[in-house]
Amino acid sequence: MVHLAQIPTDEAISRPLVEGLEKLEIAPAQDNWFTTSVYGSKFASSALPKHEMPEEEMPKEIAYRMIKDDLSLDGNPMLNLASFVTTYMEKEVEDLMTESLSKNFIDYEEYPQSADIQNRCVSMIGRLFNAPTEAGAAAVGTSTIGSSEAIMLAVLAMKKRWQNQRRAAGKDVSSPNIVMSSAVQVCWEKAARYFEVEEKYVYCTKDRYVIDPEETVKLVDENTIGICVILGTTYTGEYEDAKAVNDLLIKNNIDTVIHIDAASGGFVAPFVVPNLEWDFRLEKVVSINTSGHKYGLVYPGVGWVVWRSPEYLPQELVFNINYLGADQSSFTLNFSKGAAQVIGQYYQLIRLGKHGYRVIMSNLTRTADYLSDSLHQLGFVIMSQKGGAGLPLVAFRLDQSANKYYDEFALAHQLRERGWIVPAYTMAPHAADLKMLRVVVREDFSKSRCDQLLADIKLCLQVLDDMDREQIKTREQYVKQHISNSHKARHGPHHYKNEKHSLQGKTGKTHAVC
Amino acid sequence: MSLSRHISADDLIRKHLERHKNHKFSATGSRSMHVASPYINRYAAWEPIPKYKLPAKGVDSKSAYQIIHDDLDLDGVPNLNLASFVSTFVEDECMQLITENVTKNLADSDEYPALMDIHARCISMLASMWHASPTDKPIGSATTGSSEAIHLGGLAMKRRWQEKRMAEGKDTLRPNIIMGANAQVALEKFARYFEVEARLVPVSEESNHCIDASKLLDYVDENTIGVYVILGSTYTGHYEPVAEISWILDKYEARTGISIPIHVDGASGAFVAPFCHPNTGWDFRLDRVHSINTSGHKYGLVSAGLGWIIWRSEEFLPKHLVFELKYLGGVEQSFTLNFSRPGNQVIQQYYNFIHLGHEGYRRIQCNSLANARVLSNVLESTGYFTCVSEIHRKKGVHKHTFGKIEESDNPETYNPGLPVVAWRLSDDFKKKYPHVKQASLSTMLRVKGYIIPSKFFLSANLFMFYDAEKLTTPDYPLPPNEGDVEILRVVVRESMSCDLLEQLCEDIITVTETLINSDPVDMAALAHPLQRIQEQAPVARAATSLGELSHRGSPSKEGGHKHGHYKGVC
Repeated sequence: MVHLAQIPTDEAISRPLVEGLEKLEIAPAQDNWFTTSVYGSKFASSALPKHEMPEEEMPKEIAYRMIKDDLSLDGNPMLNLASFVTTYMEKEVEDLMTESLSKNFIDYEEYPQSADIQNRCVSMIGRLFNAPTEAGAAAVGTSTIGSSEAIMLAVLAMKKRWQNQRRAAGKDVSSPNIVMSSAVQVCWEKAARYFEVEEKYVYCTKDRYVIDPEETVKLVDENTIGICVILGTTYTGEYEDAKAVNDLLIKNNIDTVIHIDAASGGFVAPFVVPNLEWDFRLEKVVSINTSGHKYGLVYPGVGWVVWRSPEYLPQELVFNINYLGADQSSFTLNFSKGAAQVIGQYYQLIRLGKHGYRVIMSNLTRTADYLSDSLHQLGFVIMSQKGGAGLPLVAFRLDQSANKYYDEFALAHQLRERGWIVPAYTMAPHAADLKMLRVVVREDFSKSRCDQLLADIKLCLQVLDDMDREQIKTREQYVKQHISNSHKARHGPHHYKNEKHSLQGKTGKTHAVC
Repeated sequence: MSLSRHISADDLIRKHLERHKNHKFSATGSRSMHVASPYINRYAAWEPIPKYKLPAKGVDSKSAYQIIHDDLDLDGVPNLNLASFVSTFVEDECMQLITENVTKNLADSDEYPALMDIHARCISMLASMWHASPTDKPIGSATTGSSEAIHLGGLAMKRRWQEKRMAEGKDTLRPNIIMGANAQVALEKFARYFEVEARLVPVSEESNHCIDASKLLDYVDENTIGVYVILGSTYTGHYEPVAEISWILDKYEARTGISIPIHVDGASGAFVAPFCHPNTGWDFRLDRVHSINTSGHKYGLVSAGLGWIIWRSEEFLPKHLVFELKYLGGVEQSFTLNFSRPGNQVIQQYYNFIHLGHEGYRRIQCNSLANARVLSNVLESTGYFTCVSEIHRKKGVHKHTFGKIEESDNPETYNPGLPVVAWRLSDDFKKKYPHVKQASLSTMLRVKGYIIPSKFFLSANLFMFYDAEKLTTPDYPLPPNEGDVEILRVVVRESMSCDLLEQLCEDIITVTETLINSDPVDMAALAHPLQRIQEQAPVARAATSLGELSHRGSPSKEGGHKHGHYKGVC
């Protein structure tokens, strides 16, 4: 999380890390400069500045080495099976991205070619989603930092359009609402909160982890600005039935729009299940977002949003920037940002082509199916879909009838000791007592690594099976008190602890990383 | 007027490419996936590079690299872009850190605890740099840039205002926010997207083209959620008078009981003032300043994509807006508009903090200011130009006097401001050579490679809009129009060395003299085709996808941009 950080008090800073520590009497390195190596300098024997900018400079080699060493405590992205975010790109594209590091994407005048490359990506992605391209059509889209920004923009557009319609009809605009699944990513809650739109949830049940189209459409009223349908929920990776919602809206003649949150599914479904109708082929779908940095195969920092036509993106939200006689329209929440990720996306699109994406996504689906079947054999209950009917991820839980002493969280922790990050979650509300584990199959998760994971899961299960109830309990206590990221928890400002306004605060749902 | 015919290059190219294809002796069939040279691929001659549709088949990685690499040659050279504040220089060691950490996601605290720790250290250092008192429990977050930070700051002020009004049993229908007419587009965006009425205080020459503090009280009322005060106007680099505004609002509160907070937009200035103007009061030393934002990627010397926001105390960030996210054991609080995003910029920021230290930052920013002073003095000494920015004038002096140049090295002896030179043709010059247009100067300099945009209009009545529902007619008089002042602006960044500066001074003078000596008729001819070329050039092409919208009329046009108002790049 780009989390809020609290600034520690002076007293907290000066406290020694180990209580009762006496002063060491070793002569400090005298020289400001170093001749032996970085570790022979005075900086190696003193703490890195943490709370206040140091008065004096530090040689760049030392600054580099010290930060590098510090960062070695971060996890190994390859073993992080919790995240959808891309961790592998080819050397050539890394070079390209490094070369464009100092380019500011928003500066169209200076970097027209980068801007043009964005437009090419928008066009390709729009067409991939079957955006209307016949004469007279004018689908529009833009790049964003990620799906969060894309979703905020889409909500804003839906809200404004609804307001305009209501005002034109002389009706009240004071209480807009939005209909969505309770399995939504936290940014939907944020968007609703920050733009003052009431959230209306379609709750999941014990055996249905996606929205029910009937129930969804029933929630729609005259104040509904739109419906969010998720292509690939973060918990189980299932595709919600956009077509059914669309058809019901048409059948009942309800005037509202659909936004598809295809953060993860947008780059999977078109290649693995091309016949699934979820995109602009459905007439009620007016906007779609996707994350380039998930299955779009780019490093973090790029998302996309496309609208069916400018009609769904009210003019008053678009700001014009005029550069050298060319009008640039922009609709973003951010302004300056790096151009590297957009360039990275274009590289992947032309480098791989449809064929390349299809091959990669099919491989992932195959690996996910293999993992899914193997876990089933190990006695787990599989909650995710197979055969491309959902995202290439495996969601599974322990079989409750097996009466194990330990739960999914214990297994997750056990795996962590082997280096794997396989997160455990509490499911979306109304199915909240349901716990689950999730493995995201990313591009770099090959069959052989999958086998290693399976071997380790088997091992961990054995270890846990061998423990009795007491042992497990003490262990849980121990983990809670000492291990669970106590290191980071320090920064969490107490003021905001235990908020009660989000789905998590209200129901105990935990948000999946994405 | 002679007849002329329009030739479409695009059509011609397509026609001839088609002919090629018909020959069917293409050397680059499907076997070309692994080839020796990146120029032996089907895009080298046979097919146009895919631009609109995802190609059915890909190309090998070397070719894909080369295609895009060559394509990007058409982008400008970042260092010659004198229009932008965004930092373009990264040290090698820092670059290495970036490459090593390019995969890291700042949103994934579970996976990257060390990155999170570095994030916290940066916040802590910034807060102490801006004199926040740790006992007040200041709090902050990294953002993608100042835009996001400004939205968050505004959102917090709006929510606090709403909560206060609701507690008093009053309505919350018409929030408004105050800012100078010189505000950057992000400030206006906040107002529009979060449905707050933007009240723009006029700017004038007397108020240094910044918010006019003396007129502030005409705009505030009980519905004012706060005032955005800009530390370092994008147009002229002047610091807005934060202390004075704070004092005025103190008196207002004493009179009416209405307390109005200040958010300081220190996008550029919050990394300059602490080092160069430590005695200027603008930060958390003033009680009324509740939050400050800055751009790490401007004078924080980080590459594009990093901003910061810090609140004086957690009490000024309403709980209502903060989301708590539980991970394996850890809990994080989040208040951002973006989620997954790169983490390497935060590492760069920390690298700069510990590598440069206070002393290093001070020297770099003071060098930039000194270079900006040299440029300003050279320009004014020519007699051709008048500077609108004032960092080269002695503190308190606002008029140019020939032959009198301050010699001090200490930036505090001059008018405080950003290392920005904003200038225009002098009145004498305009009288003498009425045929020379400022825009031509900008165009001619562009031919030499510099990007120095002209046409930043400094006008008071730029961007008035009112939420249609909330206000049909403004209930206070429209600010008087200052009259358009067209300026040229150079942003002096750390990478602008003395050598480049000398070259620039020389080129500006040469270009101006060329223009003086050219025939007015030639001038008109020069301006015209160039502009046409530019319209058809990549910039115009770049407009195609979103540009579609602008043809349908845009709010900014309706809003009174009758002169084609140019917003500053940041």
